[in-house]
Amino acid sequence: MTSRSNPPPDHGTGGDGGNGENADTVSELLGGDARELWESAEDLYENAPCGYLSTLLDGTIVKVNTTLLTWLGRTREELVGRRSFSDLLTVGGRLYHETHFAPLLRMQGHIGGIALEMRTADGERLPVLVTSTLKHSPDGRPLLIRTTVFDARDRRSYERELLRARREAERERERVQRLATTLQRSLLPPTLPEVPGAEVASHYHTASADEVGGDFYDLFPLADGRWGIFLGDVSGKGAGAAALTSLTRYTLRSASVYDPDPLRVLANLNTVLNHEYQGDDPRYCTVVFGVLTPDERGCSLTLASGGHPPALLLRADGTADYVPTPGGRLIGLLPDAHPVSTTVRLAPGDTLVLYTDGLTEARTDDVGGRYGEDALLAFAGGLAPAGASEAVAAIAKLLEGFGEGLDDDTAVLALGVPPA
Amino acid sequence: MDVRVRHNITTTGREDGPVVLLAHGFGCDQNLWRLVTPALAEEFRVVLFDHVGSGRSDPAAWDAERYSSLEGYADDVLEICRDLDLRDVTFVGHSVSSMIGVLAARREPERFAKLVLLVPSPRYVDEGDYRGGFTREDIEELLESLDSNYLGWSAAMAPVIMGNPERPELGEELTNSFCRTDPDMARVFARTTFLSDNREDLAGVSVPTLVVRCVPDAIAPPEVGEFVRDRIPGSVLVTLDATGHCPQLSAPEATVEAIASFARAR
Repeated sequence: MTSRSNPPPDHGTGGDGGNGENADTVSELLGGDARELWESAEDLYENAPCGYLSTLLDGTIVKVNTTLLTWLGRTREELVGRRSFSDLLTVGGRLYHETHFAPLLRMQGHIGGIALEMRTADGERLPVLVTSTLKHSPDGRPLLIRTTVFDARDRRSYERELLRARREAERERERVQRLATTLQRSLLPPTLPEVPGAEVASHYHTASADEVGGDFYDLFPLADGRWGIFLGDVSGKGAGAAALTSLTRYTLRSASVYDPDPLRVLANLNTVLNHEYQGDDPRYCTVVFGVLTPDERGCSLTLASGGHPPALLLRADGTADYVPTPGGRLIGLLPDAHPVSTTVRLAPGDTLVLYTDGLTEARTDDVGGRYGEDALLAFAGGLAPAGASEAVAAIAKLLEGFGEGLDDDTAVLALGVPPA
Repeated sequence: MDVRVRHNITTTGREDGPVVLLAHGFGCDQNLWRLVTPALAEEFRVVLFDHVGSGRSDPAAWDAERYSSLEGYADDVLEICRDLDLRDVTFVGHSVSSMIGVLAARREPERFAKLVLLVPSPRYVDEGDYRGGFTREDIEELLESLDSNYLGWSAAMAPVIMGNPERPELGEELTNSFCRTDPDMARVFARTTFLSDNREDLAGVSVPTLVVRCVPDAIAPPEVGEFVRDRIPGSVLVTLDATGHCPQLSAPEATVEAIASFARAR
């Protein structure tokens, strides 16, 4: 294991150290032949299996044992009174000693188990573990520093392995996060398009940096000056959810090219998902899909929902309400989802907010309490009237306020008609 | 964010006394001033704080990019002065904080009455004729030492330590109760400290400045103290009867005397 070993105990110093009573007991225990090997305090100091060092407060070495001299390849004359402890360290170790070790020792009177490297006479590095205590005078003034030094070569190579593994793990984690972020971006529009006569805004909260979220939204132009809008939440997380999101998003986009009627679009999506994820791996989503038709006095919006929480309407007159779309089932689970549609009119000053259930399901206490739809409606009532950006900013702040309680991904998309 | 929480600011001493702002260096926190604070408090209003990333500062305020430059720390010092409405401040910066003080005083000289630079070094790494005392490899060695020693730090305990400043006893179970630092933050601070070059900033200091050095000092060699004195117009250099890089611990009385006599002089 270690190539440097301590010399065997010095026979010459044995036998006569320590007090007599103890010596008799120990020699009895050791047996007659071992008398020669009897421990003296001095021999224990000089040839202990660790280095001993005493220094003045400024670090000047005043006493050092044979073990440490042997490890370092130094003589007592070279060190005592001439060198300080930090002179024996590598330069990096000296920096560490001055900035951490010495101040802490001074403040605590003790510092233990610090990994440093000493420099031997032939220039090699000796990894050691160092412990120091301050010796005080009877009136409490610090007098001396006593230091023990343990050979830590094997321990250090083991620690290096741990550090290497840790760095490796950190790099992997960064890679995974980068991948997740990139994938996430590809599933959301980079920026929302400008809709004439309307203001739009969105917010996306990712619950975990390591995984792709399962929420999605989009806003895109259709033929005849109309616009398609959707927002939803797929089952699951991670790569599987990302694949499902991708399929959902492209199905919604292409289905709306052929026939943008929200009920038809959701029926198409239901069929595609139902066929794709059959058997023992059913995957599904909740989604609200709408077609927006701007006119001179605002716009009208036909919405269809499959199992998704109802949209919020913030009116110009300061009231707020849910836009009910009851009855629609989860999309993709069964051959027919029976989506339900409704049409809502947005007058100047009105804003419609779509969101995923991360918002209403956020935990608000330690006993399972959730934020809930009532609280959200009350919040919206306090907010109205508000434009799309203002509403989204307020909800983003609300989400931030949930802190750890917000444990799911959350998407928010708002569309408002600016006041006349 | 509340600057007082962000920096774990503590104020002590005479309410109506002149303000002495004590800034700790790399490796510890405001505890480093514990032996000099009581004596200074008899005469001055003493303001102590932890740099973000050190001691009991708010870990949420950490921003690796902001704190990759001493300017980020100098911004913090100015924010502290503004938030506490400190005026005619005698700024005492230990080690790297002396350069943080130089940057802050350059930016807003009207805030500061005086600067005390305790064992300063504007550049730790040798370069051309300039002797800072270290090579780049030495600094890498220091980073290794940091990696091998998570002083008083345990990831499991971190939320307890950092999140409960009102319950310090929770942290005392750890071996080293002072100067705890998140190892990742310490690495950034170490790099910022030891790889910065503020030699060009010294000439722009316009407030009265005292340069304090110790001989020997394993981190700031004596000629570096002279270098700083020569570059800061009108500055004064004193050599303390103290050894090592932390005179506020090894020679608290002499350190107090140096700070107080300079701060009180008209």
